[in-house]
Amino acid sequence: MSTVIESPRSEERVNYLNVKDSWKSWLFTTDHKRIAILYLISITAFFFLGGLFALLIRLELLTPQGDLVTSDTYNKLFTMHGIIMVFFFLIPSIPATLGNFLIPMMIGAKDLAFPRINLLSWYLYIIGGLTAVGSILAGGVDTGWTFYPPFSSTYSHTYVMAAAIGVFISGFSSILTGLNFIVTTHKMRAPGMTWNRLPLFVWSHYATSLIQLLGTPVVAITIALLAMERMFHVGIFDPAIGGDPILFQHMFWFYSHPAVYIMILPGMGVVSEIVACFSRKRPFGYDFIAGSSIAIAVLGFLVWGHHLFVTGQSMYASLIFSLLSMVVAVPSAIKVFNWSATMYKGSVSYQTPMLYAFGFIGLFTIGGLTGLMVASLALDVHLTDTYFIVGHFHYVMVGGMVLAYLGGLHFWWPKMTGRMYPEGWAKFSALVVFVGFNLTFFPQLILGYLGMPRRYHAYAPEFQVLNVMSTAGASVLGAGFLIPMIYLVYSLFRGPKAPANPWDARGLEWEAAPSPPPTFNFDKPPVVTREAYAYSEEAHVG
Amino acid sequence: MADTIAVEHEHTPNLQHHFDNMEQQFSSATLGMWTFLLTEIMFFGGMFGAYTVYRSMYPAAFESTTHYMNVTLGAVNTMVLICSSLTMALAVRSAQVDNQKLLRLMLVLTLIFGFVFLGVKGYEYHEKWVEHLIPGPHFEYNNRAFAHEAQILFFLYFAMTGFHAIHMIVGAGLMTNLIIQSSRGRYSSQYYAPVEIVGLYWHFVDIVWIFLFPLLYLIGAHLKHT
Amino acid sequence: MTNHVTPVRTYVLVWLALMILTAVTWQVALLDLGSWNIVAAITIACIKMTLVIAIFMHARSVEALTKLYVLAGFFWLLILLAFFLMDYLSRSWQVVPRPY
Repeated sequence: MSTVIESPRSEERVNYLNVKDSWKSWLFTTDHKRIAILYLISITAFFFLGGLFALLIRLELLTPQGDLVTSDTYNKLFTMHGIIMVFFFLIPSIPATLGNFLIPMMIGAKDLAFPRINLLSWYLYIIGGLTAVGSILAGGVDTGWTFYPPFSSTYSHTYVMAAAIGVFISGFSSILTGLNFIVTTHKMRAPGMTWNRLPLFVWSHYATSLIQLLGTPVVAITIALLAMERMFHVGIFDPAIGGDPILFQHMFWFYSHPAVYIMILPGMGVVSEIVACFSRKRPFGYDFIAGSSIAIAVLGFLVWGHHLFVTGQSMYASLIFSLLSMVVAVPSAIKVFNWSATMYKGSVSYQTPMLYAFGFIGLFTIGGLTGLMVASLALDVHLTDTYFIVGHFHYVMVGGMVLAYLGGLHFWWPKMTGRMYPEGWAKFSALVVFVGFNLTFFPQLILGYLGMPRRYHAYAPEFQVLNVMSTAGASVLGAGFLIPMIYLVYSLFRGPKAPANPWDARGLEWEAAPSPPPTFNFDKPPVVTREAYAYSEEAHVG
Repeated sequence: MADTIAVEHEHTPNLQHHFDNMEQQFSSATLGMWTFLLTEIMFFGGMFGAYTVYRSMYPAAFESTTHYMNVTLGAVNTMVLICSSLTMALAVRSAQVDNQKLLRLMLVLTLIFGFVFLGVKGYEYHEKWVEHLIPGPHFEYNNRAFAHEAQILFFLYFAMTGFHAIHMIVGAGLMTNLIIQSSRGRYSSQYYAPVEIVGLYWHFVDIVWIFLFPLLYLIGAHLKHT
Repeated sequence: MTNHVTPVRTYVLVWLALMILTAVTWQVALLDLGSWNIVAAITIACIKMTLVIAIFMHARSVEALTKLYVLAGFFWLLILLAFFLMDYLSRSWQVVPRPY
């Protein structure tokens, strides 16, 4: 399948990018597509900031001794890496960029239900992010991104309050995004766009939004209570008055475990779209993929105690959480089977988005399997707080989520920007990312199994070889992330202009709107007359 | 089709451009507010969760605190908020039947009830300060056996009623805006969604207090004290 | 818009019920019913809440979806409370190791 490239027209048609140029028209926009671009730029900035901390961590871990930085500084490095990557990159990433851009288009609407709340969402994200950056510049936080008391409430002498406030504010950004998506999906669908014609990308964002709505408020109040304890030197997590620090962990993980499903479900939605397009087939078991998204959202709320297995949580609660943690793997596995079945007897091609989708499926499976291993109580006692856990969550978060993000960015780049990226460079950097990723994180699974603890700046000498491999991998991975930055930005100025549907994909965003789309998305409001993913039919022109 | 949409926008000045008609706009606004209230259930729910855990751990200490609570004022405040919910519901109804004067009156009454509630709350907080019942270094508790764990209840008291009061203050701000807008004739039976959704918010804040009153003020009311 | 207009009488009756139930809560709390005190308090509060939601908030006349959302919210709160208590209430249970 070759890409049809149209010759550039002498005058450019009016689209959402060029309709108005002033900074005010961007900073006060209510156009969901412009807001998506604002998010894209800010999220990328935070990603590289978090990556900088990762680089420093890996540099320290080149040698067994703690010789690059002090242990206090090292504590700050992994804390800031975690806070930025979790709250300011992973949680917003796909929903705020691709979700914001695509959901109204995919359902045939002119915008989200609440455009001004969408803009407010971005401002809250920026304010929260800048507050967190402020805590970094002031000297950093060293509590871990998990903020456990009594260290965070009483004994840490770092800028916990600023970081906590930054996370609190950005939580409301997440809540408002979820709220917008839910109401939009219910109320703004075009005529003929029934629930079972919705793209799976929309289903996955719907499930994600449910989690954002129901979970984020709990971490908000938890952080508020922690901040109050730190400020007033008394609080409900303080053992001196009978408080239980483990209650903080319960409340914190009630959100933070479902949060990981906030991170992965949108990625799964992206993979569903890409696999369908590049297999030229309707996704196998559409109902099951849609239903499994909802199942993951619901079941994901019932497993948080697996983060508390060694804390003194009761054995009986731990047993139930362990069992439920195994159960939550089932809907994810269903998705993997369905994607594989979609490719079977499909007409598979290997453009960059599909390469990232393949990477996702493989690496997410490994990450998920290691998750099952630590869901088992007896194994977790040995593996908790080791590098096995670090390897596990980076497999699902980076090998899964980030690859899906990159794949989605490449897939929808022509639609969002009206330009094609250079396919050769893109394929190359996808390979670099894949190799670099595995070289970084597979050794960590082994290190954890061998007993190397996490969050330590020094380690036993016998672990050095694997650590050097991991750091080498991290450099390769970093390069793999930098190369797309360069060619994607380059493509904005010099890339060939993209047609409305370069992949011959199905979906309203491809078939009913030009690249880039006009401000109100469609030249005329679409009416949906056929099922989703009609890949076996002729391409629908315009 | 584009022409009919343009015509509808001209005749319905309150219709926002991304919506097709007023029905869609109204039902989106109400679903949006209900969804937001869902998040508020979980926000307060976290504190209810902490309360539940600690009350199960320290039942006697929690019961001992009722002696130091101003139950009368708590009950009065509960009734004040219930009255404010009535006037709020009547305000929405007034908008639905195009009774502008009654709408304004009901909104103003709701706001007044809200201020009464906040005033009583402020007085209660002052009482607690005077009686050394603020958790921390100046906390003094006559019931020596529970001097530590009682602080947990009082911390939760201030946290839960404090966040509730913050929500009341926001509600008062929203109410003020409604009063201003309604005095400009903004609302009618054709467009009263803002009144409806502020009403939903207000009733939710009332519901939170309906639970706070028995859980904070009446734990040990059955105990006899000298 | 043709939304249902509730009669004033209905609103006033609900108001009256809420005021009475508040007095009932207070008076019942003064009686020593042991562990039934908390049951009574929560039950009455739930009745009051249902009245507010159903009548004042027009929940009866909203579409089924919104009703589902309201129920979901309470269900999720229940999950939080139940699973918290699952840990705390079972911490004192002895785990008896059996000799092999």
